[in-house]
Amino acid sequence: MNPMALWKKLTDKYGFPKVCISLMLAIFFIGAFMQKQDVAAMLADSTVRIAMNGILVLAMVPSIVSGTGLNFGLSLGIITGLLAGCIAIELDMRGMSAFLWAVVMSIPLSAIMGYAYGWILNKVKGDEMTVGTYLGFSVVSLMSIGWLLLPFKSPEMIWAIGGAGLRTTIALSGRYAKVLDDLFAIPFFGSKLPTGAVLFFALFCLLMWLFLKSKTGVAMAAAGDNPKFAAASGINVNRQRMIGTVISTVLGGIGMLVYAQSFGFLQLYQAPLMMPFAATAAVLIGGASARKATIAHVVSGTILFQALLTVSLPVINAAMNVGNLSEIIRIIVSNGVILYALTKVGGGH
Amino acid sequence: MNTQLATPTKPAAGKSGNWLLHILRANMVPLMFLALCIGATIASELPLSFVINELVVRLSRNLFLVISLIIPVIAGMGLNFALVIGAMAGQVGLIAVKIWDIGGFNGFLMAILFSTPFAILCGWLTGLCLNKTKGREMITSMILGFFANGAWQAVFLLGIGTVLVVNNPEIVLKGGIGLKNALDYKFLQYSLDKMVYFEVGGIGIPVMSFIAVAVLCWFTRFIVTTKLGQEFRSLGQDLHIAQVAGIPTDKIRLIAITISTVLAAWGQIIFIQNIGTLNTYNSHEQVGMFSIAALLIGGATVVKATITDAIVGTALFHTLFIVSPQAGNVLFGDAQIGEFFRVFIAYGVIGMSLLLHAWHKYMEAKRKLLQE
Repeated sequence: MNPMALWKKLTDKYGFPKVCISLMLAIFFIGAFMQKQDVAAMLADSTVRIAMNGILVLAMVPSIVSGTGLNFGLSLGIITGLLAGCIAIELDMRGMSAFLWAVVMSIPLSAIMGYAYGWILNKVKGDEMTVGTYLGFSVVSLMSIGWLLLPFKSPEMIWAIGGAGLRTTIALSGRYAKVLDDLFAIPFFGSKLPTGAVLFFALFCLLMWLFLKSKTGVAMAAAGDNPKFAAASGINVNRQRMIGTVISTVLGGIGMLVYAQSFGFLQLYQAPLMMPFAATAAVLIGGASARKATIAHVVSGTILFQALLTVSLPVINAAMNVGNLSEIIRIIVSNGVILYALTKVGGGH
Repeated sequence: MNTQLATPTKPAAGKSGNWLLHILRANMVPLMFLALCIGATIASELPLSFVINELVVRLSRNLFLVISLIIPVIAGMGLNFALVIGAMAGQVGLIAVKIWDIGGFNGFLMAILFSTPFAILCGWLTGLCLNKTKGREMITSMILGFFANGAWQAVFLLGIGTVLVVNNPEIVLKGGIGLKNALDYKFLQYSLDKMVYFEVGGIGIPVMSFIAVAVLCWFTRFIVTTKLGQEFRSLGQDLHIAQVAGIPTDKIRLIAITISTVLAAWGQIIFIQNIGTLNTYNSHEQVGMFSIAALLIGGATVVKATITDAIVGTALFHTLFIVSPQAGNVLFGDAQIGEFFRVFIAYGVIGMSLLLHAWHKYMEAKRKLLQE
């Protein structure tokens, strides 16, 4: 088979972004081998980051399936997750129980936020992505004032000087940093594989898969696939979209807590601003579109995107000593992939 | 489908007294922000002469950018979030004159000249991308702006010193590759502002900058009256009907976005000319957001924008910008609250405007469906 035909066959089957990113990743891995880098450590790091970001990417699935498109307003869920994380510290909890309580507390908070968000999205059908983006931006900046004014008292979290207002980054060491990562961790060529976090991600993937197979899940997919047909067969489309948005926001909150425990810090203020874009890019790299997404897309997309980011940094730094090139790759790849997906949605006419 | 969000501005048919109510209703957004501005200015306890002086400076450096948003709105392409790309093209010109070290007004002109072909190219490419995503121009131009930011960093962090060799330790990073984070433009600063400059009661007025803005206003007005302008407007009314009527819609949209990009490039040069330093990697980042917020505060919407909206909005938005940190300090004892508040205002007003537009569009579509 000639290369052009093979290329066409591959891009048709897996989608253009997935093939391109896989190629880039392969090149970086070859580079890493040639530079005699510690590839095992890279793989372990990649696994940490995959488990860390997985649930945030998974949050894209219900919103895409229910027909509200890419959830650029995921920052709403991220904020409620951060809030729950702060409350857990304020209540002076530690270890695994602190993390699990934070997850439990984040669920009602995210559900309320998701309900409000879903209500708005049902009023702006067709423009969910534009409105969602700026809704997310607005709430992040409103919450920036909120972080300063909320009556948290724990000295670990508030500014040492002044005695009011939460810090920009709150260290979780001694609280619940790495509780999932270190759970059942397996030694791997001198590094550790974060078994607990991977299992946690897998559990949520399984739950999502079961949900999509359930009666509600099927109704939601029908409402997203063809709203008019779904409405004609007696499905309440607005309700299904609402369910999708609420689940997406709840997963955003949980995903943020998983991210924070792995990262070791809670990042407040402007930090959640651009996080939805990375999650969106990952699911798109996996082969999803603005109208179709599966668990397989989430898993493969997260693996490819996070591995690319992890491997590219040391390889490029060894090749030429230029600052934050990995950051540039992240910006170009994630936005490039989103742009590509937008051109594929087709025009409104 | 491009529905007019703005209600027809015919004077109300009723007796006198109604007109007041009508004016209030038609200008609700600017009036609300006017009240907010007055309140914040009083709360900040800043001397009025200081506020006015700052405001004049900010008007002279921002108006050009804000007005460059108007033409795509008229052509029905919504708010051009890709203004960032125009600003980048302008900065290419500025970096070129820094490398050649041409100062003063000559440098300013040279920057304008050099940036224009880049701006045309970038605008054209933006237009091609937006033609592929009709009906989703705003989210696309937004992401395009983020993408361009990555490309910009790649070019100026990697390209300088590798592809393009520049032997100027003042602007190149220590390793010899990449531009420094901040470039000094003292040699260009005020080259337009202070060309003709006088003070009235302690308030400095940069005459030439305002003349540039006036020329742009005239140009925008003029272009609407030409055949091209008529075509912009018919695209703005209804893209589908315009296409059926035989207007080359894709080409007209390309022209609209290219004009906007070129104007944004010049606007950014005027902006940096006043500020005097270029933050290589983030001067352009928020140009789009702040300009759009300013335009919307003046009463513009996604489908309607006038020069008056731009001027009123810029004045209100920047008054808020000047006084809000100090007002936050006086009211809450924390200047940061004021800073976050103005960022929230910028995002919030854009979010609200997009929301209202989308809602209106959705209701309109639903009404049509019911009529059928």
